[in-house]
Amino acid sequence: MTDWTWLVPLPVVVPLSAAGLALALYRRPTLQRVVSVVALIVVVLVSAALLVLADDGPLVVDVGGWAAPVGIDLVADRLSALMLTVSATVTLCVLLYSLAQGQEDDEESAPISIFHPTYLVLTAGVANAFLSGDLFNIYVGFEILLAASFVLLTLGGTRERIRAGTIYVVVALLSSILFLVALASIYAATGTVNLAQLAIRLPEIDPGVRLVLQVLLILAFAIKAAVFPLSAWLPDSYPTAPAPVTAVFAGLLTKVGVYAIIRTQTLLFPEGRLDDVLMWAALATMVIGILGAVAQDDIKRLLSFTLVSHIGYMVFGIALATDAGWTAAIYYVAHHITVQTALFLVVGLVERAGGSTSLTKLGGLAKLAPVLAILFFVPAMNLAGIPPLSGFLGKLGLLEAGVQVGTPLAYVLVVGSVVTSLLTLYALVKAWNKAFWQVPEEERPPVRLPFGMVGPAAALIVFGLGLTVAAGPLYAYTERAADALTERTPYVEAVLPDGKRGKGVSVDVTEEAAHGGEAGEAGTDAAGTSGSAAVRTDVAEVGG
Amino acid sequence: MSPNIVLVVAIAALFTVGVYLLLERSLSRVLIGVILLGNGANLLFLVAGGAAGRPPIVGATPEGQMTDPLPQAMVLTAIVITLGLSAFLLAMAYRSWQLHRHDEVQDDVEDRRIARLAAIDERATTDDDTEGTGSRIDEEAASIRDETDEGAPARPAGEPARTAGEGER
Repeated sequence: MTDWTWLVPLPVVVPLSAAGLALALYRRPTLQRVVSVVALIVVVLVSAALLVLADDGPLVVDVGGWAAPVGIDLVADRLSALMLTVSATVTLCVLLYSLAQGQEDDEESAPISIFHPTYLVLTAGVANAFLSGDLFNIYVGFEILLAASFVLLTLGGTRERIRAGTIYVVVALLSSILFLVALASIYAATGTVNLAQLAIRLPEIDPGVRLVLQVLLILAFAIKAAVFPLSAWLPDSYPTAPAPVTAVFAGLLTKVGVYAIIRTQTLLFPEGRLDDVLMWAALATMVIGILGAVAQDDIKRLLSFTLVSHIGYMVFGIALATDAGWTAAIYYVAHHITVQTALFLVVGLVERAGGSTSLTKLGGLAKLAPVLAILFFVPAMNLAGIPPLSGFLGKLGLLEAGVQVGTPLAYVLVVGSVVTSLLTLYALVKAWNKAFWQVPEEERPPVRLPFGMVGPAAALIVFGLGLTVAAGPLYAYTERAADALTERTPYVEAVLPDGKRGKGVSVDVTEEAAHGGEAGEAGTDAAGTSGSAAVRTDVAEVGG
Repeated sequence: MSPNIVLVVAIAALFTVGVYLLLERSLSRVLIGVILLGNGANLLFLVAGGAAGRPPIVGATPEGQMTDPLPQAMVLTAIVITLGLSAFLLAMAYRSWQLHRHDEVQDDVEDRRIARLAAIDERATTDDDTEGTGSRIDEEAASIRDETDEGAPARPAGEPARTAGEGER
């Protein structure tokens, strides 16, 4: 069999190199566009290939040839590959949309010379966070995507965007520092930040310390994922950015946080001692988020609140901590990335046709732009979970998983998610009625919606429908992904085949194996204190 | 191994001051708070690395006496990232000063508006098409002309139609 592992780093390397190239070509906007589009197409193709390949087992690359716990490794297992494929597709569609928007409007709304490199860096950061098999590298991935998102959110530096950006940046920095503290504590307790090695070592440390580490990590990720009560920053900051930027943020950034929660909960802390807390958090996120959405007048803010609310569904699935729960949660993430991004893109078009995002001011769009009405209706119903769309399937999976668990708390969550789903339907139907059917305050001239913007939005909606049509195989795929997450061994064994070292070459590796046996034992015994002898010899090789 | 007490005290002090500053409204103070917090986290990494030892160069130092270089590598990465983000925050504070002549974190206007409306029990959106004619369904019914109701003129909305409405029922 051919070795396909060389594909694994590409989703990170290609956009990063392309970002450099795009930056160098800042005087040649046309070439810049070509570079970005080609780079993202390559990423989509590679991700799709990884999706197929990872089904036979995780693909592991020890970066730079350094064996796993010493060097950094990238791992593409089913979960990562699926996330990567969906996110790559979404980013490509949003890029095409923003290209058309850039052509329609002048540079004002999206200064292209900055937009392209930053957007590519964002893509690379997201891919890095998905692929990384090393906790510190996940941190780096987060920082890459955050730094890029800061720039994208404050594009143009207008009053409103600076205001929104301030809140976003400060909250993001806080969560990064929490993550750093968590990393330092984990290193102090276990002497490693490699996920696979952590999975082996964490069960051996003091349960109290383990709980502290888990809480720290969950806090850091929950801010990123906007889980209530750490979600207040999101509806404040997202709606002000340009439509494509909001769309890609809404689709991807919170889901990176959700992915990180899934990964750490399943791989590092399988005993699930925080599951009840997570359940309550999920319930609060769902209900309070959607009540916020119901109260809104601005459609972008309304969607931001539904975004928060639906994060609750994924946390619900994770907190159930059963195969069925994880299966549904992973499927729901894939569904939600697509549908939420599509909705924000369509709202960008609504703003264009209606001249506003306020539901009081909008109106009569069904007559002005019938295509837009369909484009809004389908993903809106999909988000609310109307059968047979993918939102319904995801929610049904979650409900089933909840009933299977059968604890009173799980039943409360089941009821909560049904209520949330109904309220989502209410909020979206209200938006639909107001924006498309109410008599507008003033007649607006009919607008031509550029095909370049309608096309990608439509493509994304079709992709979302594809998730429905292909739900059988896809659900089976997420089920296999969840199985692997429960087992944990496939991931650990793929990274550290003999339990100690990855496949990469490193100096002294044979020597290490000879006497590293005892040292390794000593290391895990001494875990809980800090920096053991074994770890020190390990890391010495990095310097050498 | 017990960690260096001076480092631990320094970390505690940095975190305390950092959190205090982070809660301020002024962006420059928030920035200083973030930097202090970042430095606290970096020192935490040093503590996590264990006791200091000799330079970690293979061949020059026996393995048992080496310092653990990995936390230092992580700290370096974290320092670089904090530096870049501080620069961005500084630029944003400056831009805010350019626009507003101050660098205070602003409230979200739309959020305030919705909260005010909620406080006086009003809805954020008005339903002109469903609520325009009257608040009671019988008043509304009375104001609509019914073809079977011969001769009786349609009552305009707003007229006290309550008794008439009851008569029709």
